[in-house]
Amino acid sequence: MLTPAVLTEVVVQLSGAAEPAGLLPARQQMALSLGWHIVLACFGVAFPAMIFVMHLRGIRRDDPVALGLAHRWAKVSAVLFAIGAVSGTVLSFEMGLLWPGLMGTYGDVLGLPFAFEGLAFFLEAIFLGIYLYGWGRIPPKRHVLMVLPMAVTGIVGAYCVLAVNAWMNDPTGFRIVGGEVTDVQPWAVLFNQQAFLQFAHMWVGAYMLTGFSVAGVYAVGMLRGRRDAHHRLGFMVPFVFASIAAVTQPFVGHVLGFGLDERQPAKLAAFELAETTESPSPLRLGGVLVDGEVKGAIDIPVLGSLIAMNSPDEPVPGLDTIPEEDHPPVNLAHLAFQAMVGIGTLLAAGVVWFWFQRRRGRDLLERRWFLRSAAVAGPLAVVALEAGWIATEVGRQPWIVYGVMRTPEAVGDYTASLWWLLGVSTVVYAGMTVGAVVVLRSMARRWRAGEVDLPSPYAPEVSTDKTSTDKAEAGR
Amino acid sequence: MSLEVAVAAALFVGVVAYAVLGGADFGSGFFDLTAGSSRRGAELRTLVDHSIGPVWEANHVWLIYVLVIWWTGFPESFAAAMSTLVLPLLFALLGIVLRGASFAFRKYAETLGQARLFGVVFATSSVLTPFFLGTVAGGIASGRVPLDGTGDRWASWVNPTSLFGGVIAVGTCAFLAGVFLVAEAARRGQNRLADELRVRALLVGVVTGVVVFAALVPIADDAPTLSDGLAGRAAPLVVLAAVAGLATLALLWRRSYGAARLTAVTAVASVVSGWGIGQYPWLLVDEVRIADAAGATATLQGLLVAVGLAVVVVVPPLAYLFRLTQSEEWSRH
Repeated sequence: MLTPAVLTEVVVQLSGAAEPAGLLPARQQMALSLGWHIVLACFGVAFPAMIFVMHLRGIRRDDPVALGLAHRWAKVSAVLFAIGAVSGTVLSFEMGLLWPGLMGTYGDVLGLPFAFEGLAFFLEAIFLGIYLYGWGRIPPKRHVLMVLPMAVTGIVGAYCVLAVNAWMNDPTGFRIVGGEVTDVQPWAVLFNQQAFLQFAHMWVGAYMLTGFSVAGVYAVGMLRGRRDAHHRLGFMVPFVFASIAAVTQPFVGHVLGFGLDERQPAKLAAFELAETTESPSPLRLGGVLVDGEVKGAIDIPVLGSLIAMNSPDEPVPGLDTIPEEDHPPVNLAHLAFQAMVGIGTLLAAGVVWFWFQRRRGRDLLERRWFLRSAAVAGPLAVVALEAGWIATEVGRQPWIVYGVMRTPEAVGDYTASLWWLLGVSTVVYAGMTVGAVVVLRSMARRWRAGEVDLPSPYAPEVSTDKTSTDKAEAGR
Repeated sequence: MSLEVAVAAALFVGVVAYAVLGGADFGSGFFDLTAGSSRRGAELRTLVDHSIGPVWEANHVWLIYVLVIWWTGFPESFAAAMSTLVLPLLFALLGIVLRGASFAFRKYAETLGQARLFGVVFATSSVLTPFFLGTVAGGIASGRVPLDGTGDRWASWVNPTSLFGGVIAVGTCAFLAGVFLVAEAARRGQNRLADELRVRALLVGVVTGVVVFAALVPIADDAPTLSDGLAGRAAPLVVLAAVAGLATLALLWRRSYGAARLTAVTAVASVVSGWGIGQYPWLLVDEVRIADAAGATATLQGLLVAVGLAVVVVVPPLAYLFRLTQSEEWSRH
């Protein structure tokens, strides 16, 4: 996806002489921190519901396998939510540090949804504390309910953040008179027209990412011969969530895209790689735009008009109808968009096939090729989600608030030394990724070895216990 | 109370809550850092794990609350502070990230070596983060953040008021954590640990108290507006901070740990409120007043709705969480 040609184009487009030196590093910084956080945000949104179902099953059916899985997932979520909380904080800071022009001018326009998001995050953090530390300390029937508020706050929080993003794509709730922002209507921003659809798209995407990722862990276990009830259940619950989400997503995405030709014609033209206005427009698979010429694309006639415009002949407005200075980086938006759609379609087809076969009495969990596919479905869902965000964010450029404020106007007063921040951040995020992987893998290893509570290695009872100390030493 | 001042008050309640609740979590890093070797410090580090584990994320959200209300209610001043104070804010942010991540990693670390590594990162970043946040407060309080344009990105936080602000922040965090940890250890019946912590909490308390009141001298020159406020409107809070601080030391001395928690919170809340009341009515001292910095009226009203909703839906579960962590069942593990 990130071919050298695309990268060069991005660099050339973004580092024009007129642009502030801090713009490109600020955008890359935002992309890194948002791209990293969004994966954890998905777990924050979708994992609690899966834990709830598993935990409830454990209590209702007195099922020790389900209870064990819920207990482990809770511990995993403790690690994931911690790094999710701090990486989310990074974004709050960066809104002001990197984009003071946006926040100073439009802070009181776009701020209210963030206030409600903060509220949701508050409740999430509180109930996370209660739920995680409540194992064995709160009566089970009350305890299981403590995870439920997190599933709800995930909805509220995601809605609020997406309301702001939808507002950036389709600004509303204010007027500009004589260069001044006036007549601010914060509630109109919170409930703007595109907010619900954008939220639905992201919310369903979060269930896909989390569901496929968690199920994939157990698919790998089954591939390694661990075919017990624990692995089957650990696969099945998240896979059911992911399946429902995967077959819903194409419809949500399609509805969200409808009307994009009027809201953001440049974004649509970039998605569809429509250099000129063709009637009917083809669906252009792959390909890049080089010097105004489409190269290497496979055109499927009429399908572009059908999908993008819901019409057999209505054309996708071409880039040639839009002033040059309002073009987004076309190739990146196009390829990212198609990567998202392609992977989403593949995942939807995959789950339909699985459940179809299951109805016919064939269990694909017995097939190694299916387990391998299920194992890569998680990473694929991550790629699709990232690609979707790249598509919509890059596709909105050069605007930070579409049609109202250009991204160079929003960026802070920085020199090229801002690249240092990106360098340091890359190291920190890489370190956090390694730390999380090391810790989560070691947790899984110890669970397989039969440990349950995973006491910290510096706990006094361990350091005075000869055998455990030896084990800790040996593990180093 | 005008709408603008009401929103500013709600914002400042968040600052005080973060300084006290988040501060106590950060402060535990000081005791973790100085707990000694893995064997000697194991008991204290486990206590730190248990006492801040369930609550640190909830306490951390106060910071988000402050940021969001600030940028929504007073957008231009937020953008101005962020632009000028970018360096200490980035350092604080780095500390926040490293603290949270390494705390979670350490809890589930497999080997002592890993736990040591994550532990050092957790403890060091816990001490450094409040320092940088304190310098931010000092930069604003001493009038070094211009509303228009970008101020000096170094002098705005490397100056007497900021440096004292940073040290006071570290000190008050450690002081709170010391008192809370002593009380926690005593409640769990870890008397040897409680006695050890008691001595260190007393020391931290004395040093912090001295620094807080010594700071009044350089602030008189460096931040005259704040200094006038502290001598005037905020004077009762300065007195209250002194009384509550001394009372805490006396209560620690007499091993009345439960009551010491209350006075310690009162002392720190008074110090922080002293700053806020002291610089009233300025939002950015000598640059912009609260009334002039506010955003759209409809947004301020919306914010108060959000704050009201927070009182109704957040406070009860938060109280439940705190009550659980203080209950007998939660102390057994």
